[in-house]
Order: sequence, then C-alpha cells, then structure tokens
Amino acid sequence: MSTQTHQVYKPRRNLELVLLLMALTVAIGAQMLVAFALDEPITNDYFVEGSVYAGLVLAFHVVLRLRAKYADPFILPIVVTLNGLGIAMIHRLDFTASYSGVADRQLLWTGVSIVAAIVLLWLLKDHRRLRQLTYISLAVSVLLLFMPILPGLGSEENGARIWVDLGFASFQPSEIAKITLAVFFAGFLANNRDLILLAGRKVGPVTFPRLRDLAPMFIAWIVAIGVLVVQNDLGNALMFFGLFVAVIYVATSRFSWIAIGAVFMLFGAALAYQFVGHFRDRVEIWLNAFDPEIYNRAFGGSHQVVQGLFGLAHGGLAGTGLGSGNPNMVSLANSDMIITAFGEELGFIGLSAMLLLYLLLFSRYMRAGLGTRDTFGKLLAVGLAVVLVLQVFVVVGGITRVIPLTGLATPFLAAGGSALLANWLIVALVLLISHAARQPVIVGPMVNATGEASSGTESRLQSDGPGARETAVRRHSAPPAPSPTDEDHTRLDHAPRGGTQ
Amino acid sequence: MNNAIRHTWVVSVGLFITLFAALSIIQVGVTDELNANPNNVRQLYEDRGAPRGAITVDGSAIAESVPSDNSSFDYQRVYNAPELYSGITGTYSIANATGLERTLNEYLSGQSDSQFFDRIASVFTGDTMDGGQVELTLDGELQQLAYDQIPDGTRGSIIVSEIATGDIKAMASKPSYNNNLLAVQDSSELVRNQEQLEADEDLRYTSRAISTTIAPGSTFKLIDLVAMLESGDYEPDTVLENPNSITLPGTTTELENFERGICAQRPQAELSWIVAQSCNTPFAEAALELGEDPIRESAEAFGFNSEDLGIPLEVATSAFPEDLPDNELALSAIGQQSVTATPLQMNMVTSAIANGGTLMQPTLVDAIRGSDLQLLSTTEPEVLSEVTSEDVADEITEMMVGVVETGTATRAQTGSFDVAAKTGTAEIGGDTGEVNSWITGFAPADDPQYAVTVAYERIDYDTGSSLTAPGLLTMLEAAIE
Repeated sequence: MSTQTHQVYKPRRNLELVLLLMALTVAIGAQMLVAFALDEPITNDYFVEGSVYAGLVLAFHVVLRLRAKYADPFILPIVVTLNGLGIAMIHRLDFTASYSGVADRQLLWTGVSIVAAIVLLWLLKDHRRLRQLTYISLAVSVLLLFMPILPGLGSEENGARIWVDLGFASFQPSEIAKITLAVFFAGFLANNRDLILLAGRKVGPVTFPRLRDLAPMFIAWIVAIGVLVVQNDLGNALMFFGLFVAVIYVATSRFSWIAIGAVFMLFGAALAYQFVGHFRDRVEIWLNAFDPEIYNRAFGGSHQVVQGLFGLAHGGLAGTGLGSGNPNMVSLANSDMIITAFGEELGFIGLSAMLLLYLLLFSRYMRAGLGTRDTFGKLLAVGLAVVLVLQVFVVVGGITRVIPLTGLATPFLAAGGSALLANWLIVALVLLISHAARQPVIVGPMVNATGEASSGTESRLQSDGPGARETAVRRHSAPPAPSPTDEDHTRLDHAPRGGTQ
Repeated sequence: MNNAIRHTWVVSVGLFITLFAALSIIQVGVTDELNANPNNVRQLYEDRGAPRGAITVDGSAIAESVPSDNSSFDYQRVYNAPELYSGITGTYSIANATGLERTLNEYLSGQSDSQFFDRIASVFTGDTMDGGQVELTLDGELQQLAYDQIPDGTRGSIIVSEIATGDIKAMASKPSYNNNLLAVQDSSELVRNQEQLEADEDLRYTSRAISTTIAPGSTFKLIDLVAMLESGDYEPDTVLENPNSITLPGTTTELENFERGICAQRPQAELSWIVAQSCNTPFAEAALELGEDPIRESAEAFGFNSEDLGIPLEVATSAFPEDLPDNELALSAIGQQSVTATPLQMNMVTSAIANGGTLMQPTLVDAIRGSDLQLLSTTEPEVLSEVTSEDVADEITEMMVGVVETGTATRAQTGSFDVAAKTGTAEIGGDTGEVNSWITGFAPADDPQYAVTVAYERIDYDTGSSLTAPGLLTMLEAAIE
C-alpha cells in the first residue's frame, strides 16, 4: 500500500511529447485517410485544421511543462487520439447526405475546450482549492440540472429535455454538472467520512450507517430520479447515481454502501418503469429489439438499436475501412451512435483498440487518485474516472444491448460541444491531481496546521480508516526532500502535525 | 482507501470486459445472422451494389456493373441493347433479381463453389471480388434480325437454335422493354417505372418464347406423326380417310378441316399429302384410333409436362394433360383445346426430328469464366432424350419438306437449300377471329443445321401467315449463310 512512498517520479514531459506526436499523426492521418477513401481532394483546409489542432495540443503540452510538469504523461496523448479520431469520423459522416459541416463545429468546440482546460489548469494551480467550493458546487449542480426545465430556457430534442438554448448555440448543462457533482461528492465525503465511518450499527458482518448519514445518499438518489423523470435522461441519471455510490464506497471502504446503493437503484428503476413511459420503452427495446412490432414503431422503436447492431455486424472483425461502410444509416451516427460508425468502419479490432484507450485513460485517472495524498483528491480523481467509465459503459453497453440504450455522449468522440468541454475540463483536473500525486514531497520540520493548504482533514479524528493510516505511515518514513529547489510546491505540502500518531 | 480505489478499478475493468465480450459476440459471433436479417438493408446495399460479372454476347457485354456515383450502392447494373435481351438477362436491382441474373446469380456474384479460391484471394489482396462472366450462345446479329422481324404491336417470338448442340442462337420476343428502367436503385423510382411498364398488359418480363404457353395448333401434328409412325400402322404413303368434318365422340361438335385450305379436294389421301395440307380430320381419327397414351408419351419424350427444363432460365411447362375424354383427345391431337406449348418447346420438337430423333438440351449459356477470365465451366452438348428412331425422324423430315414444297408453307421456299417445316394455326375461341400463328422448321433438310420457330399469339390469320413462313426463311438464310 505504501510502496509508492519512496518512489521519486520524473516529470516525463518528453515522453508525453513523443506520444503526442504519435497521437497527432493518428488523428490527422485518419482525417486524410477519409479523404483518400472517398476520393475527395485534399484541400488546404486539411493542413490548416490539422495545424490548428496540433498547435492547440502542443500549447497544452507547453502549459503542462510550465505549470504541472509532474502530471501524468499518458493522459493527454490518449485524449488527443480519441478526440482526433472523433473529428475524423464526424468529418467522414459529413460526406454523407445526412450531415454537413459538423466536423468544423466539432473542431471549433475542441479548440474552445482545450483553451478552457488550459485556463482552468493555469488558474487553479492546485485541485485542493476546489474543496472550498463543495457546497457552491452542489448549488451550481442543482441549478445546472434544472436549467433545461425552466420555461423559456430549456429545449427538447429527441425526447429528452436536456438542452439549454443560448441563442447562438444549445448547451447541455448536465455535462458540466458531472464535474460540479463530482466536486461536491468528493468534498462532502472528505469532510464527513469519519463521521460516516465511525457511527453505525453492526448487523452480522455488515455495518449499516446511521439514518442521518444516509441523507447525502438520498440527495443523490433524488437528483438522479429527478433528472430521469423531469428530463427523460436515463443515461445521466445512471451516471450520477453510479458516481455517488463509487465515491462513497471509496471514501468508506464499506461494501454495505454498494449494497444499499444497489437496493436504491433497483427501487428507482422499478419506480421509473412504473411511471416513466420513456424508460419503459427503453427496457422493451432492450429485451425485444428484433420484435417486428417494436422495430417498426414510429417513435420509441428499436430501429436505431437494431440498425446499430447491423452496422457493427457489417464491420465484422476487420471493418470495412474508413469511408467504405454505410455508418450514416444509423440515426445520430455522429453523436450518440458514433461507436457503431467506428465499429462498422474500423471493425472489432479498431473499436477494441479504442476501448482499450478508454481503459488506459480511466486507469490513469485512478492512478492519479491512488497517488495523491489528500482524501479530496483521491475521491475527486476516482469520481471523475467513474464518470468516464460509466459514460463509455452506458453508451457502448447500450449499443451492444448489455443494458438498455440511453442517449449519452461518448467522451471525446461524439459530436457535441458541451460534452467535449466537460471532458476536457476533467482532463485538466485529473492532470492537476496527478501532478500533485507525482511531484516530489518536501517534508520539513515546520508544522503548518492552519494554512489553506492543509485542508486535508483525514487525520482530524484519528480514525482507523485505511487512508489515514497510510498517510501517517508515509509521513514518518518519507525521505528528505529530493528537490528543494522546487519552491512552488513546498507551500502545498502536507507537513506532519507534530507526531500525530 | 487505496484498496477501495483498486476495487473500483477492478469493477471498471470488469465492465469493460463485458463490453469486449458483447462486441465480439456481435461483430464476430453472430455476424451472419445479423447480416441475413431481412431488416438489414446494409446487406442489400452490399449485395445489390456489388460488382457482378458481365453477361456477354459475341464477346461484348450486354449486362455489366459500372461504378455508381452519389449513391449508397457501389455499383450499378447497366444493360446494353436492353430491348433485345431484357427477356433473357432479366434485371438485377434492389427488387428480386429475374432472368439469368437470378438463375446464374451464384456465378455472376462470385459466390459459386468453383470461385472459392478467387474469394480467398480477394480477402488477402484486398481487391474487390468481381463476379464471374457469363458468355451466352446467342449470336448478336441473328438476335437483332429476329427482333426486327417481329412487328411492333404484335405478341411474337422467334427462336433460332443450332441442331447438333442445342445452343440457342437467337431468342427474341415482343413486346420487350428497357430493363434499365428496372435496374434503378431507388425504390420509389422503381415502383413508378414498374407501373409504367406494366401499363402494357401484353408485356412479359421474361421472353415470351419461354414464358407463354399457347395452343400450338397444327405444329402439334409432328408429335402425332411420331406416335403414328412408331405404331407401325401408318406410313407416309398410307391412304387415310379425309372427310371434311367429323362429329367428336360423345358430343354434337363438328371438327372440320380448315376452310382456307385445299383439304376438301380429296376425301381420301395419303398421309404425306395430309401433312402438307395440314388436314385435321385424319389426325383426329388417328388419335382416337391410337388412344391417348402413345401421343402423350411422344409429347413427353419431346419435353411436354416436364417442369425442370432449365436452359438455364426457367421455362414454362408445356402441357399435354392425362385422362382426356375422347372429344378432347381429338382436339388436342390437332394442337387445340387442352394442349399448350411454349415456342421453345415446339422448336425442341423440330430440332429433335432434324437431329435424327435425338433431343438435345437447349441452352443459352456457352461458358462461364471467373473474374480473371479463367474458364470455370463450358456447356457441352447434352442429350436430353432419344425421342424416336432415325427412320421415323427421316420420314417426318421428308413430309415436312413437302409442306414447304407443295403445302401450307410454300412461302418458305428458297433456291439455296431445302427447307423442312410445319405450320400451325390455332383457333383460340371468341369471335375476334384471332389465331395463334405458328411455323417451326429447319434447314437444310438433307443436312440440318438450324431450327427456327416463329410464333405469334392472338393475331389475325392473314397477318400471321404473312409473317411466319417468310420470317422462318429469313432467319434460316441468315443463320446458314
């Protein structure tokens, strides 16, 4: 558990640069392959757009060198690859009759998102400062989630009321709410986990929490169900709830929370099945997709799911090749169903490779959580990782009929500015957490128990939680500061508070 | 806390493994079922847009696949000289395929067993697998000539075949149609075009020569002759009663010799004269004498009542029913009432007689080549049945020469060679006075090379007889020359 204590990380920004160049080659190469496959001329636009993308990405890289040089070197290249492939596929679908000009908009949003991520990284400096925003985050989350149902502000598309009309563009506030909710959960649990841990009634091997400690669980559940009922957005409901269960489990290490969460979720699903027609349709489609009656339904039928399966089957093992399939036959092929487009044209092999990239990406997110020393950072990193996992699982699982299909944007791939922005902001946050995790620790004799930076409260109650013990052990055995020149970080170090153990 | 993070990671990886499993089932495991699902139009796009092999006549393509632009389909089937060949090639489009496009789909699409290695090779080379090429036995010039012989507005068909091999050299019919109208890849356009074509109720999508079964009239007497001569009771010079009319057994219906002929001149005549003038009553009497079985057996030996005559196009079954009452048997013996035949069937009768009693399998396909033009199969001449003895065949040939020299087909005479033929005029009831007008024959009589059959359905008698015998001669002259 504390083996990483003695490890001194290198910045590894050069490795990141090499990987980034490979990622850009894949991304820009895919774009050009589309043009070759479809016999379209390679115009200057390809070089301009490729350069813009490369420029933005390299700017991000430079900012990391300046502000977070110990950040994880794998996250950015993976994200750049996925985002680039997404633009290439959207570009490819723009050549079909169903879409046009979406790729340019996606590139524009990518640019906006990367700039926003850079700004967040630059201004925030340290993820722990977000902890002060715990309750503000909750307020913002609730506001964001209920914005679409405010009259005159929200708008409905494809049966889900999850959009806000900004006049020049529509925006999906629930995407940003993923981040604020993750911040709230992480902050709330970092503050209260000892309370939740210590109090409780033991029944057999399982310790059940006190009823009043269940309150946040209730809040999460009601938010999720509320989102589902009011906005018809099953995917986000599932994601928010899963996020909370995962974070509370990590905070307490108690399995009972997962059991309770599962009961709540089943109960919620039963309620939804009873009272929400949209959800009932989805379940019917999931179970009987090939039933002719359900397939031919004008609305709420399984046409999209089944066409998606046909697309995947058409691709088979090796795929038809970029530009050679008919991915546009699936509705929403460049957003909710973009996975089927990749499955058809890149085949099982290509799609699996992309899923492996996701697997690596969330593993790096969790690695950042493992490495960082503060509870808040751990919970935030895991929360954001779980958001990524659940997004991919809900989308791909829905398309492959593992679970009912619900509309949710595939991270970095699907056309849609809000999701792109949210996911890039998450990247910035996780990079900051990983920077905190990997940067050299400076242990000095000075006690700094009241400063802003010591807001990690894991040892406040001297709990026997695994996190607390671990940090204590590490502090005693930590080697002397390996890089005293790194002044920027000394202020943030967790100095031991006078032999607390 | 870190252990809990690790558990979360393990669960997340578990979720992803589920996704990999589900994807591998869909993309590798059950692909065939999904691709075969009737709702899966992708497969339709794939199949219907695939490059198929060409169908060729004299080495030039009459049906070929060309790359199509701005369409979900990669290729579009194009038919050259569509009216000339549409009844044979059929059409390959988004609707069900017809004609040779359907019966030879396996080869044209490259899915036949003999193209297995081509398919494997295309997987490795990454080239698009082209289908095999089908070379027809048809002769382009003869086909054009035959087509031009048939006046627009009539329902006619002309077949020319090579006697020794059964190869069909021309098979034209009208009304014909432009099957490019049916090869469109847009379903609403297809429906519009179909409605427009089907406004002509005489239109057949498959050539009339093989798709319509009509009363063959006196050409059927060739079959009676085989039965009669084989029985031993009749010889070409046997003198038979030739009354102007007889009353059909069990009825009050009178069966008469054809009023426009000269049969009335001789109340008694030898068989060869009766054949030349195509008198009816002696054949009716002979049929009643012989009974149904010998005549039906002769007819079946020539291919009547057989359902699996693939040339390789499907051919409508020509019929000679069983258990006929005597009055119907008498009418059937002169090619009326219950007996029906396709023009191809009557051409087979003539060909077998010309071929010394041996019936060859008629065929349209000469050779099939793979996409690399390597020969996959050739059609060897194949004996379908031994219909009768050479002696009987020769006797009938001689009588058929008489038909042209002194009988009903004098308009088919030429100085270059002897023509053997038999005419037929089938009354089809009703008071329009329309008949089915037939002629079937071959030449040269002493060394038969080509058989020709001309048939017009529902045509007035004079127009019919002005088209049949001269048409036969034109085709024979063109084929033999």
